[in-house]
Amino acid sequence: MIAAISAAALTLSGCAASNALNEEEETTAADTSDTVSVGVLHSLSGTMAISEVSLRDAELMAIEEINADGGVLGKQIEPIVEDGASDWPTFAEKAKKLLQKDEVATVFGGWTSASRKAMLPVFEQNNGLLWYPVQYEGMESSPNIFYTGATTNQQIVPSVTWLLENKGKSFFLIGSDYVFPRTANKEIKAQLEAEGGTLVGEEYTPLGHTDYSTLISKIKEEKPEVIYNTLNGDSNVAFFKQLKDAGITADDMTVLSVSIAEEEIRGIGTDVLTGHYAAWNYFQTTDTPENEKFVAAYKEAYGDDRVTGDPIEAAYNAVYLWAAAVEKAESFDVDAVKEAAGGIEFKAPGGTVTIDGDNQHTYKTVRVGEIQADGQFKEVWNSGEPVKPDPYLETYPWAEELN
Amino acid sequence: MDKKKLGYWLFFIALFLGPLYLTEFRLALMGKFLCFAIVALGICLIWGYTGILSLGHGVYFGLGAYCTAMYLKLESAGGELPDFMEWSGVSALPAFWQPFSNPVFALGASLVIPALLAAMLGFLTFKNRIKGVYFSLISQAVVVVFVTLFVAKQDWTGGTNGLTNFTTFLGISLSSPLVQIALYMLTVITLGISFALASRLTNSRAGRVLSAIRDGENRVRFLGFNPTSYKVFVYSLSAALAGLAGTLFVLQVGLISPAMMGIIPSIEMVLWVAVGGRHSLIGAILGAVIVNSAKSFFSETYPDIWSIFLGLLFIIVVMFLPNGLVGMVQSWKDKRKKSKQKGGTANATDSVVS
Repeated sequence: MIAAISAAALTLSGCAASNALNEEEETTAADTSDTVSVGVLHSLSGTMAISEVSLRDAELMAIEEINADGGVLGKQIEPIVEDGASDWPTFAEKAKKLLQKDEVATVFGGWTSASRKAMLPVFEQNNGLLWYPVQYEGMESSPNIFYTGATTNQQIVPSVTWLLENKGKSFFLIGSDYVFPRTANKEIKAQLEAEGGTLVGEEYTPLGHTDYSTLISKIKEEKPEVIYNTLNGDSNVAFFKQLKDAGITADDMTVLSVSIAEEEIRGIGTDVLTGHYAAWNYFQTTDTPENEKFVAAYKEAYGDDRVTGDPIEAAYNAVYLWAAAVEKAESFDVDAVKEAAGGIEFKAPGGTVTIDGDNQHTYKTVRVGEIQADGQFKEVWNSGEPVKPDPYLETYPWAEELN
Repeated sequence: MDKKKLGYWLFFIALFLGPLYLTEFRLALMGKFLCFAIVALGICLIWGYTGILSLGHGVYFGLGAYCTAMYLKLESAGGELPDFMEWSGVSALPAFWQPFSNPVFALGASLVIPALLAAMLGFLTFKNRIKGVYFSLISQAVVVVFVTLFVAKQDWTGGTNGLTNFTTFLGISLSSPLVQIALYMLTVITLGISFALASRLTNSRAGRVLSAIRDGENRVRFLGFNPTSYKVFVYSLSAALAGLAGTLFVLQVGLISPAMMGIIPSIEMVLWVAVGGRHSLIGAILGAVIVNSAKSFFSETYPDIWSIFLGLLFIIVVMFLPNGLVGMVQSWKDKRKKSKQKGGTANATDSVVS
């Protein structure tokens, strides 16, 4: 407790000090000041706040660690936090503010695809740099964005293969009605066809939908072996609870989710989730020395009851990857950093990640985990080595018609 | 009256000279707020003057914006399929997209389509004498229908991501600062013209009929007027203004998605007018600018708790200033001038929904 308070006090005084320094910066040339400002742009209010606040926390923690270690190129990093408010034009507005008014060296931010799509033109027009830390549907590779979350071939494609080999051939796809589930399911359908699976149903519900009785009776009728779940947010609570009430347990049907991490498990409740699966690149239980340190530091900074998770880890990695690229480029200049970023490695909590210079995604290890009664994952499969990112699925013959 | 006119001129000239005293970033924000002010103007006409409370203007704003965005998307795709269609598995441009490659058609459609939809909806509801809360609810239902449709038809509309990433308009790069300044000035001029037309309308004979409909629709009917046609006209006009604002919004912000035509933005639009003063056209404009500026200011200064401040602002206005900021100034003036005269604040007592 005392440690947490003193850490908070240190942060505050650190912020105050760097604020004072930043005010001086306005009068001197950017290169001669001893701080560099970066933007942190996540939803701190609105429906996405519950997820995105922990990304901000992870990024601020990484910044603090780097600062304590001497900063980047000898400069202390000063974060400028902005609220995207779960609203896409606000993301674009704040991104513009960070780039044009604050002239930040880089921005860490975003969660939903829509927020990324809204920010993309702003970053391209102002030649800014965005680090986007969440798994997404692929089919994108902006020269001004680095993607530290998984693209589909690092999460969805291998997990479908794993399900086909271990859990069954007949799939039922359910998802929230927006671009990620729809695009992901298009890819899954093509993959099922190519790898010998069968599709018995595909259903979408609006974001925030909570009545799943009709959908569950459809599932009961079709009797799939696997339910592939791309529902987002609160809908998961209702879906899993009603699935259990309908008498379907993990022994009858396997549900594999791609949007449920440790944080979400806390919200949904382990009683209905135990035995189901999720695919990610990182779990809080991932066994690496880096992760032990990471989890301990995160809990110390933000409280023992907090959990880490895949997007949180990817957000944390992003700050370190940027810092490493800056060190290698010996400059904060966006083009120089991009040039230097290819091949940069970081020993992340979830295993080594490497930036792929061609598409600005990262090599990541794929993991499938089973949800345990304590709200943590037990890893049941991993890809063994980091998988090369392939956002356009160019190396998969069945995906040809998707492009 | 003349002093008032001079004040309006000064206000719009001050706005027009924005590029002289606002930074590039602030100017872009102001441009966006002025688009919202055009929407607010339309809502003021139907709500403050005619007593129709529409909680669905996001749809008209969105449709106008989408029409222009479709043209921009096709132009930036340069003769190929727009990117989102490609990854949604569409192989040929849908037929209804084709005409939008013509900028004149797209800009025209951004006015006509919202106006037509509003006319149709208005005709069906007003003719059947559906009004008040029932009309507001129907307007909300229309929002839900359109948002659901736009999200579900990802291959035609870009889904939740909406349409974004435009590069040029009529071959001119949208990102250059000069173009942004030109668009800003265009927005101010459009707002000025809309304001002038709206105030001419409200001061005309037809405008008096509109106010009469608000205060006693049946009496107007008994006097031999047909309230339906007046209401359909003003409702379509207000939808066209929202569509126009959508066009200017897309050109400046470079983004439109179903989230911006949803229920929350639609209600926010009404809030701007409520804060500024629903019985005053200039109040509606000020309301849109003030509320959005406050939103930007609070969220930049207090990123963690800004929504509380905004909420407080709304509560204060609703509780203590039922006629908004302009209404407050007005009643304060009235009180000072003719403190004895009864009924000086005639509008203060009428209901929000007639």
